[in-house]
Amino acid sequence: MPATLILPLLGLALAAALWAAATLLLANETPILANFAPAEAFRALSRLAIDPVMWEHIGVSLQRVAVGLAAALAIGVPAGVLTGVSRVFAQATTPLFQFLRMISPLSWMPIAVMVLGVGDAPVYFLLAFAAVWPILLNTAAGVAQLDRNWLMLARSLSATRAETLFRVVLPGIVAHILSGVRLAIGIIWIILVPAEMLGVSAGLGYFILDARDRLAYPELMAAILVIGALGFLLDYGARWLYQHWLHKG
Amino acid sequence: MSARPATTAPAPAAATGSSAVLDAAGLSFAYARSGAGFGEVSLAIGRREIVCLLGGSGCGKSTLLRVLAGLEAPAAGTVRFLGQPLARPHPRSALVFQQASLLPWLNVFDNAGFGLDFKHQPAADAAARKARVREALAAVGLAAHERAWPAELSGGQAQRVALARALAREPELLFADEPFSALDAITRAEMQALLVDVVRRWHAAVLLVTHDIDEAILVADRILLMAGRPGRIEREWTVGIPHPRDAHAEAVTALRLNILSALREASATGVPPSPTPDEEPST
Ligand SMILES: Nc1ncnc2c1ncn2[C@@H]1O[C@H](COP(=O)(O)OP(=O)(O)OP(=O)(O)O)[C@@H](O)[C@H]1O
Ligand SMILES: [Mg+2]
Repeated sequence: MPATLILPLLGLALAAALWAAATLLLANETPILANFAPAEAFRALSRLAIDPVMWEHIGVSLQRVAVGLAAALAIGVPAGVLTGVSRVFAQATTPLFQFLRMISPLSWMPIAVMVLGVGDAPVYFLLAFAAVWPILLNTAAGVAQLDRNWLMLARSLSATRAETLFRVVLPGIVAHILSGVRLAIGIIWIILVPAEMLGVSAGLGYFILDARDRLAYPELMAAILVIGALGFLLDYGARWLYQHWLHKG
Repeated sequence: MSARPATTAPAPAAATGSSAVLDAAGLSFAYARSGAGFGEVSLAIGRREIVCLLGGSGCGKSTLLRVLAGLEAPAAGTVRFLGQPLARPHPRSALVFQQASLLPWLNVFDNAGFGLDFKHQPAADAAARKARVREALAAVGLAAHERAWPAELSGGQAQRVALARALAREPELLFADEPFSALDAITRAEMQALLVDVVRRWHAAVLLVTHDIDEAILVADRILLMAGRPGRIEREWTVGIPHPRDAHAEAVTALRLNILSALREASATGVPPSPTPDEEPST
């Protein structure tokens, strides 16, 4: 086994051991905590792994990630390009964006539910609102760092605006957009679970509350493991995309 | 290597009513922010002529090149390209910069063909475009590297691709702004020889900006010396030395000394010197 795998696995094993020791110790005083032990969690996990309902929850959550990310890209990339090319737009919006960016997206939850109603719409809104900033700021930085000679080349070819945008500017900032996407996925995944605890009846966040209400604590712990693992995989995928693009270049 | 004939009779100049590819009269330019630019400049570039614009740093060579290429509008004067007033870069002109500026997300082939399908470029079908790119890459010796990525190329190879990108457009006039100054001496010499060779085969004229006197003497049919602030064209030499010029050391050295003394004079006085040094009034 390569050394690059041994150390990470050792770290994970150590964490599991600490987890087991902690539940064992605490269960002496609070017997119910024995339900949270790793052995219980992994047993629940193997049960859930073949449960179609669990896969449905996962599917719903991943779909929300996709919709939230797509909406953030649809708004963040054009706004970022505009910020990058227009000094006026940049100056007018920078303080506003920095202000909005610092408000936890979950603060908007009550308003989002009032305006958009109960269901998926407010969740999409919260995810997109959280994810738009890293995409917007990275896109703007990418435009600002574009090689001036590429733009001069486009002008020397009498390129139209659309040609300059689609043949030079957008491909030239893909690496920046992808690093924005990676940050955005991390944020979305963190916001997703609490957002799904409010007014929806499917998804991993909903599953956690549901498990709690059913007193199915091993399932609750198993869901936490699933959330961590999926987040890890999403981030890994985003990183792979980014590196794949750069390798080519 | 190329489908083009290596030797040709002079093109019929009468086609556009003028033998000049480019004709500029009374040009001047000043940047809004700094006021820098160049003074009144008139010049003409004949078909297939290699003209070198030589001058010290900051005298406005690059600015003049951009105005002549149609990338900036002059404050005064007009530029005519093939007899027509120039409003934007002409489809039959091409540019090469100091940096190759290849697009890293396109491979060598797509870089060399970049822009051929743009709206304001002459219409050509995909097969014809492909043939032109192949021919251009072959001419610069990179036929075997079509599928390579720019990051895999050396500086000299990247600049060859940039040259191929210009050739693929079959330019009447190639604008080159210090295209070899970022290269090492050996690669630079190779590229100078290559440039002279390919523009001959492509029947293209060249305006080459440089501050390397030897480069100008090696490649130019005509040398324009730019000096002063704002810059003007102070002197002009027609170079009749046959190619390859390193074989004619004496003539090259004589011209070199001549240019050096003109340069020294221009930088010493800072004002336009008289056309020949011997006419200078003694104090
Ligand atoms: N975009 C710009 N805005 C304002 N001033 C500029 C700009 N570009 C160049 N200048 C100024 O115009 C003058 C001429 O610049 P230019 O680049 O044409 O000189 P050059 O002869 O090409 O010099 P070099 O040999 O260093 O390339 C310089 O004083 C420069 O500082
Ligand atoms: Mg310059």
